Order: sequence, then structure tokens, then C-alpha cells
Amino acid sequence: MDQHPESNPILGRGNNDGARLFRAWFSELSDVAANGSPAAYVFVMGSTNEILKAFDLPVVFPEINSLQTAVRRVAYEHLNEAEDYGYSPDVCGYVKADVATQLRGGQHPMGRIPKPSLAVLTNACNTYIKWAEIWERMHKMPVFTLDVPGTREADGQTWPGNRHFANDRKYVEVQLRELIQLCEEVTGRKFDIDKLRQVLGWANDMSEGWRRVLELNKARPSLFNALTDGTIYLGVANGFRGTEAGSRYFKELVEEMEYRAAHGIGSLTDEKYRLSFVGVPCYPIFRRFNELFTDWGGTFVNSTYLWFASGGTNRGFQYDLARPIESLAEGLLVSVRDAMDSMFHQDRVLEAMIDEFELDGIVYHPIKSCRTVSTGLADGRRYLAEKRDIPSVFIESDMMDRRVVSEAQMKNRVDAFFEGLASRRQQQARSA
Amino acid sequence: MAHAAGVDVGSTQTKAIIINEKGEIVSRALTDTGANVVHAAEEAFSRALAAGDIFEEEVEYVVGTGYGRYRVTFGNTQVTEISCHGRGAVHLFPGTRTVVDMGGQDTKAIRVSPAGEIIDFCMNDKCAAGTGRFLGAAASALDIPLDNLGNTALRSDNPVRISTTCTVFAESEVLSWLGKGKKIEDILWGVHKSIATRSAGLLRRVGIEEEVTFTGGVTRNVGMVEALSQKLGVKLNICEDSHFIGALGAALFALDEILAHRAPTHAAAEEQS
Repeated sequence: MDQHPESNPILGRGNNDGARLFRAWFSELSDVAANGSPAAYVFVMGSTNEILKAFDLPVVFPEINSLQTAVRRVAYEHLNEAEDYGYSPDVCGYVKADVATQLRGGQHPMGRIPKPSLAVLTNACNTYIKWAEIWERMHKMPVFTLDVPGTREADGQTWPGNRHFANDRKYVEVQLRELIQLCEEVTGRKFDIDKLRQVLGWANDMSEGWRRVLELNKARPSLFNALTDGTIYLGVANGFRGTEAGSRYFKELVEEMEYRAAHGIGSLTDEKYRLSFVGVPCYPIFRRFNELFTDWGGTFVNSTYLWFASGGTNRGFQYDLARPIESLAEGLLVSVRDAMDSMFHQDRVLEAMIDEFELDGIVYHPIKSCRTVSTGLADGRRYLAEKRDIPSVFIESDMMDRRVVSEAQMKNRVDAFFEGLASRRQQQARSA
Repeated sequence: MAHAAGVDVGSTQTKAIIINEKGEIVSRALTDTGANVVHAAEEAFSRALAAGDIFEEEVEYVVGTGYGRYRVTFGNTQVTEISCHGRGAVHLFPGTRTVVDMGGQDTKAIRVSPAGEIIDFCMNDKCAAGTGRFLGAAASALDIPLDNLGNTALRSDNPVRISTTCTVFAESEVLSWLGKGKKIEDILWGVHKSIATRSAGLLRRVGIEEEVTFTGGVTRNVGMVEALSQKLGVKLNICEDSHFIGALGAALFALDEILAHRAPTHAAAEEQS
């Protein structure tokens, strides 16, 4: 068996193809910006990519644009520019980086971002609504808010066949039909339901692939690092949802993961600790943050980020192509609710995953920029601590703003966490 | 007899402790950390050697801890001060289940097992509110030596309420109280109470279980010991070595290493006998 990626093209393909697709995507966006054709702004939780792709509308994910400025270490320039413009240091870093991008006429480290002809958002994040209002004021374009009824209480998710679910589905379906009308107006094209069927089919491939990839990481050693590799896969899951390229990518990614599983090829040479990550990554020191853990032999086998930031497509919901709009409404309900629950009630899912993924610990990463995703993490941690004997650590920093990322303090916490894990393991060995 | 050493390089002061094979403290030393962290570690260690009349060769293993732990260039390994304070506190006070370590730039709340292992911990977040630095800012504003802060504060009969949690703004708030004619001891007691309140918040996040042991440089401040004890409603474990507990924990980890590497020899000897 040859384990060297350079001589075995299947290994690392997901990362390489993901990077290639990303470059192609931003190159296309730059072309759109140059020729002034329509583009839609959407968000990761409930992108409605399926409808937009049925109109061949290029999609812009401002959240992804913003995090890319942090990964490329220029976020501080954008944040400062937005703050100089008048935005408070307390406003979401994603919003401020985007405001600066808009003020720069779309100039971005990865290309040029087109102006929006339309923005579509859900209520999955409260900031989405205020953010879209900024574009409304800046660009005088239509904003469509898809109101997705959330889970009414913890563990209160409803499913197809349930009366409440049927009512909620109708509510979403009516809104989707309004969105279709709006897309017709913006693009000047008639809606083609067969085109939507084709897009839904590709989205089905992706959802099933994403669910399978996440599940395959139960393998020991784990096949990919949910924080680093997983974020690359996630980017494709968002940008290429409902496309043939996205469908193919995830089929090939499953193939790569199954190959890795069959051959016992892990993401770390020596996997000592299996961890779950809760929250949004620390993009200002993205690689370094991960190294703080891998230096100790720790790897992230799953992450709530891969659930909520994929809009809940981790569920693997399969659309019924015989009734596309109705089924799309069902899928959005199931998936967007799951995304919201992964932010607010992640403790329930994590509890089950402790055994399934053989977790050694949980890393909570509350961030200054996002109260939505960070509020409740302390409760979640306490809930888990009461239910299960699982070590966890709170590391507070930010997803965008390096002014509140203190690497020395972070390292201290991480090192102490691993010292605790090591000591716990020694104790278990002694008492065995 | 072999010796083990721990060197705790803190933001303000560097502490070194040497222990014998029984875990007893043989010598200790303290120096200001200053700008040359490597030198501070070396200085503290050599002073501890001199104080114990010990040759460097007699120290088999050295563990570095504190923010400058990776600058203990002569050390064998590093352990965080979180683990070291837990270990050291339980060694000196075996009933310890909660540790509050107040140092120059951070305060830590640590919950420990009977063996001194870390169950949970929490630290102040990226600012020096509620730490020794906060006291330093107040001392500077009032022009009082750090060593006199606690005793002065304890003379208070009408403490002011310090509302800021920011070390930078603390100085201006202290000055504003002076401007209103408040007595220095009342301002200082207010400062101590403010820090105690913030530290109690950290402790509640990990859960306060008695006994509570107070460690770190601020333990030398009698006012802080009293303020924290009042706030928590418990008696705090404290002793003359409280300032050195991080270094002591490091030395105990060093001793573990020495004994672990000898274990097979002992076992073989027992087998033969």
C-alpha cells in the first residue's frame, strides 16, 4: 500500500480540488463584477442555492468572503476601515469586513466581489437581517427574508408526517414561491421546474456525500481534521451546492474517505486524543490554532461548525424530485432547523457522539464577534458535564479580530487541557 | 540524595524551588523577571542552589512553568502553571479541592482532584482586570509601596465602590475618589473588594468546593487574603510558601519523572529480594 499523497492521487484530493474550485468560484465572481451581470448574496444557513442556481444566478457568500480576509491575514485592515467608517468594535467582524469590501468597490484578496442584485437570508442568525439592511441602503436592491420556523423547544424538532411540520412546511413553501417570482423579476428569466429538479438532484448527491463524509470520521484513526480539512469541504458544500461540480466533488470525497478508512490512513501520524470542536474557527490564526492541539496528538474528529455552517445539510436530507418545491420547503425546514439547533442545543448531539466518535474531550470556542453562536455555550458545557464525564475546555477568542486573539493565553489553556487529559489517561491505566 | 527543581517564570517574578526525594522543600529563591526571561530563570535557579548548598549536578530533573516556561533553557520539560498550582496546593494542603492563583497578569480558578489533578479551570480573559496588575495600578496612583497595600486597606471603615474592571481605567477612578476627598484606606479596600468580586466570579465558573487554597504572588497581600475570604465566605489555605506553590508543583512533577525512571530498578530489586 502506498500512502504517499504525491504518488497516490486519491489522497488529499478533497483539499486540492476544494482549493481549485474555490479559485474558480472567485474567478467567476470577478468576471460577474466586471461585466455587471446579476449576482445573489446569500448566507450559509439556508442559502436557497437550489432556487438561485435554477436561475443560473452566481452566488456570493459574504460570510466566506469575510473569513477569507482573516485567513489571508488582512482582516484587521477591513475591520479598521469599517470602524473608521463608524461601526462599533462590538459589531460582528464578518459584517465589518464585508462593509469594508463594499466600500472598496468589491476589491477582495481573492478577486472582485460583484454588487448584489438580490440578497436572500433566513432568520437562522439575527445578524443576517441587520446585515442585509446595510446592502439595501448601499445598493438599493431587493432583500428577501425567508422566515424558517425554528424548533419550538429543545428536543422538540418535528418531522414530515407531523401536523405542525406540515403547517410549517406550507409556510416555507409559500415564501419559496414568492422568492421564485422575485428571481424571475431580477433575472428576466422564466422559472424552469425541470432545471430546479436537476439542481435538487445535484444537491441530493452533495447532502448524502456530506452526511457520509462526516460519519466516516468515526474511524480510528480519524480520516480528516474537522477543523482544517473539514472547513475546506464545507466551503465547497456552500459555494457549489446544487451544481454538477459540487455533486462530483462530494462523490469523490466520499471515495477518498472510504479509501482512507479501508487503508487506515489517518489525518495525524499519531492520533492520541480525539476531540470535538464547538463554535466558529479562529480564522486569524487558523493553522496555528489547530497546531496547538495537533502538537499534543489531538485532532478534531467532528465540529458543530460543519453542521450549522453547512445550513444543516449534514442531515443528508434527500429532496423528492417528483414534488420539487414542496420537498425543497421540507428540506429547508429540516436542515435550517438543524443548523439552528447545532448552535443552541448542540449538547444533545454531542452527548451521543461521545461514544460514537470515541471522544476524549470537547473544545468550546466562544467568540467575541458572534453572540448568536456563543451565547449558551456555557450552558451546553454544564449540561454535558452533568450528563457525562467528559473533559472540556473553554477558549475565548474571535473568528475575525486578531486584537482579541491572545496566542500565549490560548496556548496556556490548551496545554493545561492536554496535561489534564494525559493525567486522566494515566489514572485510568492505573485503575484498569 | 537526588533533587528535583521547579522554576516558575511569571510575568512579574520568577520563583525556583528545590525539593528532595521525599518531596520536602530544601530551598527556594525569588527574583524579578524583568526583560531578560532566560536570565531570570537562571538567576532564580542558581540562587535556590546556593540557598540549599546544592550542586547543580545533584538536581536530576528541572521542570519549567509559568508564562516563561519555554525560556527555562536548562529545564528538562515544561508544565503549565495551571497544573503546577493544582499539584503544589494539594501537596501543601491535602484537603484542597479549589485553588485560586492570583499573579501579576492573570488570575486562575482551578478545581482539583484529591491527587492534585486538574478537573476544571478558568482564567481571566485577555485583560488584567482582577489581577495583581490591578493592585499595582492602584498602588502607583496612590503612591504607596505594594507591600503596604493590604495593611493600609484593612484600616478602612467606609470603603468606596470601585466600578471599573479595567486596570488602565482603575488609576483614573482611584484619582477621582481622591479628588472627592475619600481616605486612601477606603479607596484601597474598595480596590481589594473589586478584585475579590471578580475572582469569586471565576471561581464560581469552575465551582467552589472546600478547601480553597490561595496561591501566587498576591497571597503576600493580607488585605487581599481578607477580602477574598470575606467574599467567598470560607477560610483560605495560605502559608509562607504560597507564593512558591507553582514552582513547588513544577518540582513535584520533576520528582515524578525521576522516580518513574527509577521504578524498574526498584521493582527488580524487590523481585530479587
